[in-house]
Amino acid sequence: MVMFKGEFIDELKKKIEKWERECVQEEIKRHPERQEEFRTLSGIPVKRVYTPLDVQHLDYFRDLGLPGEYPFTRGIHTTMYRGRFWTMRQFAGYGTAEQTNQRFKYLLKEGETGLSMAFDFPTIIGLDSDHPMAVNEIGICGVAVDTLADMEIIFDGIPLDKVTTSMTINAPTPVLLSMYIAVGEKQGVPMHKLGGTVQNDALKEFIAQKSYVFPPEPAVKLVADVIEFCVKNVPKWNPISISGYHIREAGATAVQELAFTIADGIAYVEAMLERGIDVDEFAPRLSFFFASHNDFFEEIAKFRAARRMWARIMKERFGAKKPRSMWLRFHTQTSGVALTAQQPENNIIRVTIQALAAVLGGTQSLHTNSMDEAWALPSEKAVRIALRTQQIIAHESGVANVVDPLAGSYYVEWLTDKMEEEAMKYIDRIDSMGGMIEAVKKGFPQREIAESAYRFQKEVEEKKRIIVGVNEYVDEKEKLEIPLLRVDPEVVRVQLARLKKVKETRDNERVKRLLSELRKAAERNENVMPYVLNAVKAYATLGEIMGVLKEVYGEYQELIIF
Amino acid sequence: MSSTERKIKVLIAKPGLNGHDRGAKVVARALRDAGMEVIYTGLRQTPEQIVETAIQEDVDVVGLSILSGAHMTLLPRVVQLLREKGMDDVLVIAGGIIPTDDIPKLKEAGIAEVFGPGTPLKTIIEFIKKNVRRKG
Amino acid sequence: MRYNVEELVQKLIQGDKFATARLISLAENDPTTAQKIISLIYPYTGRAHVIGVTGPPGSGKSTLVYRLAKEWRKRGKTVGIVAVDPTSPFTGGALLGDRIRMQELTCDDGVFIRSMATRGSLGGLARATKDVVRILDASGKDVIVVETVGAGQSEVAIVRIAHTILVVLCPGLGDEIQVLKAGIMEIGDVFVVNKADREGADETAMQIEDMLNMASTIRFNETGWIPPVVKTSAVYNRGISELIDRIEEHWRFLKKMDKDIYFRRRVEQDVIEALRSKIEQMALNHVMKNEKYNELIEKVANKEIDPYTAADIILNGVIRSEEKEPEENE
Repeated sequence: MVMFKGEFIDELKKKIEKWERECVQEEIKRHPERQEEFRTLSGIPVKRVYTPLDVQHLDYFRDLGLPGEYPFTRGIHTTMYRGRFWTMRQFAGYGTAEQTNQRFKYLLKEGETGLSMAFDFPTIIGLDSDHPMAVNEIGICGVAVDTLADMEIIFDGIPLDKVTTSMTINAPTPVLLSMYIAVGEKQGVPMHKLGGTVQNDALKEFIAQKSYVFPPEPAVKLVADVIEFCVKNVPKWNPISISGYHIREAGATAVQELAFTIADGIAYVEAMLERGIDVDEFAPRLSFFFASHNDFFEEIAKFRAARRMWARIMKERFGAKKPRSMWLRFHTQTSGVALTAQQPENNIIRVTIQALAAVLGGTQSLHTNSMDEAWALPSEKAVRIALRTQQIIAHESGVANVVDPLAGSYYVEWLTDKMEEEAMKYIDRIDSMGGMIEAVKKGFPQREIAESAYRFQKEVEEKKRIIVGVNEYVDEKEKLEIPLLRVDPEVVRVQLARLKKVKETRDNERVKRLLSELRKAAERNENVMPYVLNAVKAYATLGEIMGVLKEVYGEYQELIIF
Repeated sequence: MSSTERKIKVLIAKPGLNGHDRGAKVVARALRDAGMEVIYTGLRQTPEQIVETAIQEDVDVVGLSILSGAHMTLLPRVVQLLREKGMDDVLVIAGGIIPTDDIPKLKEAGIAEVFGPGTPLKTIIEFIKKNVRRKG
Repeated sequence: MRYNVEELVQKLIQGDKFATARLISLAENDPTTAQKIISLIYPYTGRAHVIGVTGPPGSGKSTLVYRLAKEWRKRGKTVGIVAVDPTSPFTGGALLGDRIRMQELTCDDGVFIRSMATRGSLGGLARATKDVVRILDASGKDVIVVETVGAGQSEVAIVRIAHTILVVLCPGLGDEIQVLKAGIMEIGDVFVVNKADREGADETAMQIEDMLNMASTIRFNETGWIPPVVKTSAVYNRGISELIDRIEEHWRFLKKMDKDIYFRRRVEQDVIEALRSKIEQMALNHVMKNEKYNELIEKVANKEIDPYTAADIILNGVIRSEEKEPEENE
């Protein structure tokens, strides 16, 4: 159904032509515009002004709908933040399990509503703390987890039936999730009551974050194992967070972030369907994770386009019937790379803009970065300011009181459409390559990102892009005043001692047997989760379990792409 | 371009487990565009691997990119090994996420300069050209 | 640390990695120094089996070389690897990334890996690569692998240097094989279908065999060797042992040839090439010093004389001045 009457459009066209010819030209003669051309961060050219002419092709019912209605452009829920604010979930975790436990209790007391865990690098790539390559990196950028014993300490005194926990872990997801389940069991909380998320997105590791372990096919198989297990046994859990954040941070544009993330999602849906599981059984559990960057309106358009694209793909391409299967639920993190080391207080303002964009874009949960992001892990003061940013937006700005308030803006609707169009071009291309797994093996997304990253840097150096405090408004003599967080080297000693003790006091015969059963199950191409869970409960280490899987599936070799 | 022109050889390395390589790759490209020969080690390198590579490739510069916070142990170790193996005329520079407080100690340990986030590529290129110690 | 060439050569023949690397750099950067080095190390060369690895981009050469090196190590051989990557014709710089595939071998004492940029000059690359191979040979390596870009120029260099040439292809090439036929197909001693875990591997292998049956390769004409086709999957570590067996077969075949004809011929080629490059250098040096050179070019531009005649004039000048110079320099 057409939104504007024909005569109105004709009238408007004439008026605009006159306006351009007369008023605009006159103004430009007196004050030329700042640039020849204006573009979004992704490079989409933007006009001076947008009018109904730019959105006349849109059909309100087909393209926008109402909140909570297909295609969900205006939000997946009918009341959105009027019902409940987004979850304020700040990423945390460092040092030892005890320190993480303390930081969690601090954040819960300060008003956070969900826990989020960061792991150290050895854990992220499935190495135990006593592995030779791990020794220098224990507990530095996240918490070290080697065995169930560590998990038990992390969640000591934290009731798992009352909180939800997001774990930023990928290749070792089966192990970490099993540990969480085991902790719940010990607390008397059965699996089906647990709520939370695991990132579990293997494809973006090859594209961007590079904490891969296994080659693409087995990696996707393990992702599907976890999703399948959760669908059947841990129904409140989000078994995957299909991520665009890392892809964006690695240098992708907003369009690429949107396209590659959705393409990854398509690959995972196909992997699940191949197992004979009905789309409506697992699709409601899929969730997404995006970045929020500085180009305010582009980000908002991106989020809205994402919802519409996913809804259409799930319904038309995969035949989903349940509305919940078509919902694109997402978590947002404000962009790390957009923050500067120079004049770090400026980052508070950047984060505010980015957070506002995420809220206006309808995010389900949000992490705001701390101002010292470019220096180190956040200090308590910095983390509190980041949390307050969300709370002020929620309670004092009024934006949460109306659902999708920017809908109908000619610019925002036009840009939403444009984002979808550009992203679909990429998705079609990836489809023609045989899907995302093939595209990753060929290095396509990696190459696109490397190009974008290089191009961006050149633009900054040529001052085509201004970054306040970095290439303009620079303070030559600035001195850092922020209290930094330092990780205590005692951490290494404590972690190694605990790991040693666990290995000595557990039933080693039993561990050996369970690891052998895991290996056989993996070789038989079974779902590995039940076997990993058993091994974890017997205090097998992360490294041991990952070692068995590496033997069966092999290890990934990175592509040489610049 | 003469085939016998003396090129500056740079090794760009990623010590440790951290996989964020956007900066390392952008710098590698920029150095290539500035006429240098750049060897990239790939991810997850130990200090021993980095130094062995520097020796075999006989590089003039070693650039270390690290964002995981493990710089105080890994970077000085690279310098130490280079010296032990007789490569003391190699220029060692670093980049990534390194707090300013740590920079003096790193310089004492032999890192010539640390290029943090926001450093223009031009700055790095000029620093290398100015400070590289050509071997006879 | 400063060493002179003689000291470095002493260390080189004991297998010292630092000396190997330094000497390679010196040889790469200056032909005069290269000559000095070669004159000192030549008696220690000639032992190593030199293997050239070529093929189109994307065929998995680097991973294959890595697997081969590991297998050779298992069999007790020491390995030198030279990975050649293109220099940008616009900036003169190069981004050398083949090493990434082989980094696990970096700390193995029995392996030496060196990346080389093509540096834009075809003749220069051929000379430099040969010198690098000689240096690795003198350092005691049993096997030396030269891995090229697979794009034409470096192939020519490879043919001159390697004893055994591997042409690495992979399934899904289709019509491209026809295109390749004109170039690298003719120089192969062993053909490898890598990524054989993929669909179409058997077809590709058969296509290659068919082509080999139809046309005899240059190498066959030189030596009488019929190139085998081997399927490998470097990523899954399959077919590597068989491939090495074929490579060693070729080595034994070459050694058994009549009265070392093959090796004698190579030595002769080396001398002729050295001669060629020196003549070229001499002529160019003369030309650079001569004021009449620009006049000559003007004449050719105005079509007063043709390029060949100009070359004769220069050459006569060179010969005469060479006869004169020894007197003048006393």
